Amino acid sequence: MTQSVTKINIVMSKKLLIFTVVMFCFGYALVPMYEKFCEVTGINNLLQPDVVDKNIKVDMSRTIAIELDANVRGMPWQFKPLQSNVKIHPGESIEVMYEIRNDSDQEISGQAIPSYSPRFLEKYMKKFECFCFTKQVLKPGEARQMPVKFVIDPQIPVDVNTVTISYTFFALQPGK
Amino acid sequence: MAVVQDVHGHHDHHPSGIMRWVMTTNHKDIGTMYLWFSFAMFMVGGFLAMGIRAELFMPGIQILEPQLFNSFTTLHGLIMVFGAIMPAFVGLANWQVPLMVGAPDMAFARMNNWSFWLLPVAGLLLISSFFVPGGAAAGGWTFYPPLSAQGGLGVDMMIFAIHILGASSIMGSINIITTILNMRAPGMTLMKMPLFVWTWLITAYLLVLVMPVLAGCVTMLLTDRHFGTTFFNAAGGGDPVLFQHIFWFFGHPEVYIMILPAFGIVSEIIPTFSRKPLFGYSSMVYATASIAILSCVVWAHHMFTVGMPAVGQLFFMYATMLIAVPTGVKVFNWTATMWRGSMTFETPMLFSIGFVFLFVIGGFSGVVCAIVPIDIQVQDTYYVIAHFHYVLVSGALFSIFGAVYYWLPKWTGHMYDTKLANLHFWLSMIFFNVAFFVQHFLGLAGMPRRIPDYSLQFADFNMISSIGAFGFGLTQLLFLYVVIKCIRGGEKAADKPWEGATTLEWTLPSPAPYHSFETPPVIK
Amino acid sequence: MSSKSVMALLGSAILAFYSSMAFSSKYFHPEPQSVIAQETYDQHITALWICLAIFIVVFGAMFYSILKHRKSVGHKAANFHHSTVVEIIWTAIPLLILIAMAFPATRTVVAMKDTSQPDITIKATGYQWMWGYDYLQGEGEGISFFSKLSTPVAQLEGKETKGENYLLEVDNNVVVPVGKKIRVITTANDVLHAWWVPAFGVKQDAIPGFIRDLWFTANKPGIFRGQCVELCGKDHGYMPIVVEVMEADKYAQWVAEKKKASAAVMNTAAVGN
Repeated sequence: MTQSVTKINIVMSKKLLIFTVVMFCFGYALVPMYEKFCEVTGINNLLQPDVVDKNIKVDMSRTIAIELDANVRGMPWQFKPLQSNVKIHPGESIEVMYEIRNDSDQEISGQAIPSYSPRFLEKYMKKFECFCFTKQVLKPGEARQMPVKFVIDPQIPVDVNTVTISYTFFALQPGK
Repeated sequence: MAVVQDVHGHHDHHPSGIMRWVMTTNHKDIGTMYLWFSFAMFMVGGFLAMGIRAELFMPGIQILEPQLFNSFTTLHGLIMVFGAIMPAFVGLANWQVPLMVGAPDMAFARMNNWSFWLLPVAGLLLISSFFVPGGAAAGGWTFYPPLSAQGGLGVDMMIFAIHILGASSIMGSINIITTILNMRAPGMTLMKMPLFVWTWLITAYLLVLVMPVLAGCVTMLLTDRHFGTTFFNAAGGGDPVLFQHIFWFFGHPEVYIMILPAFGIVSEIIPTFSRKPLFGYSSMVYATASIAILSCVVWAHHMFTVGMPAVGQLFFMYATMLIAVPTGVKVFNWTATMWRGSMTFETPMLFSIGFVFLFVIGGFSGVVCAIVPIDIQVQDTYYVIAHFHYVLVSGALFSIFGAVYYWLPKWTGHMYDTKLANLHFWLSMIFFNVAFFVQHFLGLAGMPRRIPDYSLQFADFNMISSIGAFGFGLTQLLFLYVVIKCIRGGEKAADKPWEGATTLEWTLPSPAPYHSFETPPVIK
Repeated sequence: MSSKSVMALLGSAILAFYSSMAFSSKYFHPEPQSVIAQETYDQHITALWICLAIFIVVFGAMFYSILKHRKSVGHKAANFHHSTVVEIIWTAIPLLILIAMAFPATRTVVAMKDTSQPDITIKATGYQWMWGYDYLQGEGEGISFFSKLSTPVAQLEGKETKGENYLLEVDNNVVVPVGKKIRVITTANDVLHAWWVPAFGVKQDAIPGFIRDLWFTANKPGIFRGQCVELCGKDHGYMPIVVEVMEADKYAQWVAEKKKASAAVMNTAAVGN
């Protein structure tokens, strides 16, 4: 009686142990699985340029003011747009320039992330070229100009006439 | 809160002395320990609250440096929520659920012991974090990153404490669910269960649902802090707002976890002292269930100022306002239960009426907060502090006091000192309102929460609030005295000390024997 | 019994007294200075009246019952325990009241989110522990400054008498023209902050790495004060927001002065890290 209970307990413990190990490994397996999932479904692709319909119509009747904003967090860089704002027509293909400069005496790497206001702008903003989510390495005193090429979808709601595109540079820890 | 001294039967061989408590698998012993632990934590959290109110007594920095002040507010919140209110309800469930459903003990008696003994460890971790370099966590009880990524060792201790508390809660809940579903006396169908048991069943399901979410949330925070992940850090493509979504997906059901058992307690006490059956039993059950379901889809009303799209704000506003309907049904049912009853006003009844009265005020400010434009105005101000203290102190805590007075005769075999207990109620009632009613106006006038110092226009009301808080804090020492006095002696309590009581526990002798319902009672 | 009702009466009288003290005084909403703030204020007043009405009905019934249906006056308990009709009624009525309350709120929410067509855009950046402002677009474009608590340390430490605007004063006010639509973009440098000016009915979290926006149009000139309302660390209580609303011509003058001054000190922008 006691014998068999001990036996059952040992079998149960083994099963639980295996289950724990498998779940632990599954945690690590999630990373490649997630990447594969995104690749297949096409969601969350940050680095691929957006695809835009070739026959997109330029809506000359509307003008949208785009404010360009730049922020640097926690690193000795200067980061600014070369023009503070541009006026565009929806559907028109635009290129704007940003400039970064390393003011320190060390080589530093950083990476920018975008943010839009109003938030729904993200849906209508089609970018062909952008420097965001890409590692930038600057030598001491080095400056670099980086373009953003995009088009605003003419589907954007009619009452919108001012929007903001913002980039924020964060320092990348060495070794990343 | 009782020491069970009476030993009935011949087979009660349990260790005596300290080992009795360490090794016990008896639901009554464990319930007692839960309640004492909760009271100890209530004292610690109360001490922190007194520190906060002492600092806010006058403008300027007098007692607590700003960083320490933030630690006080943070730990006050965490200790009161996870250390005082939740264990108190679990303790009540441990004592009463088996007695009310006619079961001999909880389903998993050893796990029950383990889930209790995890708590002191977590409590110690939280308290001792004050003494490590860098001090205790100071990012608020909601510990939003990136601020919580800045703290020192204290934050890590808090994270581990939360992990442990979560594990304990999940085990406790599984235990309660299993006990209720499998161990009811023959004839006790689900719809014949006392409401306290019903509300705890629903609460336990909520706990099992959301505690893992909190565990995941703090684990992500931990890996963000130490292992280079960037879940909540924009620099690596993460988002600080994600934390808030996950946290409040736990956090909002959590507030119902703290109030649903209170509804159950009040639904036991009011019929007893009205000498009349509970009005609308089944609608009470449905209302509880719908509150629990709705509570899972309203989390972002804590985040109306993070800049959600209008559609999101509107959805969460409507869903939140909807909760007022089942909650209203409960209040109307309690009123209808009292209507044309034959009421007497013993201490548990006083606390229950106090509960209904003040909880409704908290409910009103809840509806006001649900309306997005008004919430944007009062978010993160003292108005919100007033709101959630009305539902958690005069809500959850008052119901716990009511429950303790209600069942103390059953636990100890003695009546408590009625005069002192009533005094405890009246003092609590008055000082509570002095402390918190004014905070509504402080918030409306623009005083943010979590600030150690404030501009001069807020000075007089802060002083009133502090005086009320000191009074409320001192009053709870009276509670301690009443309970100890009752344990040590007093008038012998009858098996059924309350004339109108109907549930199963009152068929047992007072004090309840160490082992009860070994032969299940039969419910007709 | 009578002593208890006297106590209850006394209690409610005190409650009523200090509630009335609060209304229309420094302990209520600051006077609304924008359309949104006015709508918010009105909705809050409506909500209060509705709550008061429900309160009187429910607790009127309950306290009547407490006074009359007690054992000590010999009342015998009835034995009813449900009534489907009554239960349906008291589910439906609150629902209707809530719909009535949600309707105007919905309109305001939509209006609050409409940040299109601003006259001036200002970026507010939260730092531990001060605010930075950049005028991005419109009259004053290019102006950029930090705004720090200006209350002297001696007042904080209690060595000096605290001034009228203790903890609500800064070295550089945010200046905006009256009657113009101002769009404020919020972001943060380090941790979460929140930008709040109660008189305009606006509050928006500032999130590092992301921008959010809000808008207001000030009705009349004046100085309006607010504070950071998202816990941001040690000195969270010491980063107020002061908005100064000016007539259009005075604003133009201010812009000119600021431009002149900033031409002199070009490199202040590098502060902050």
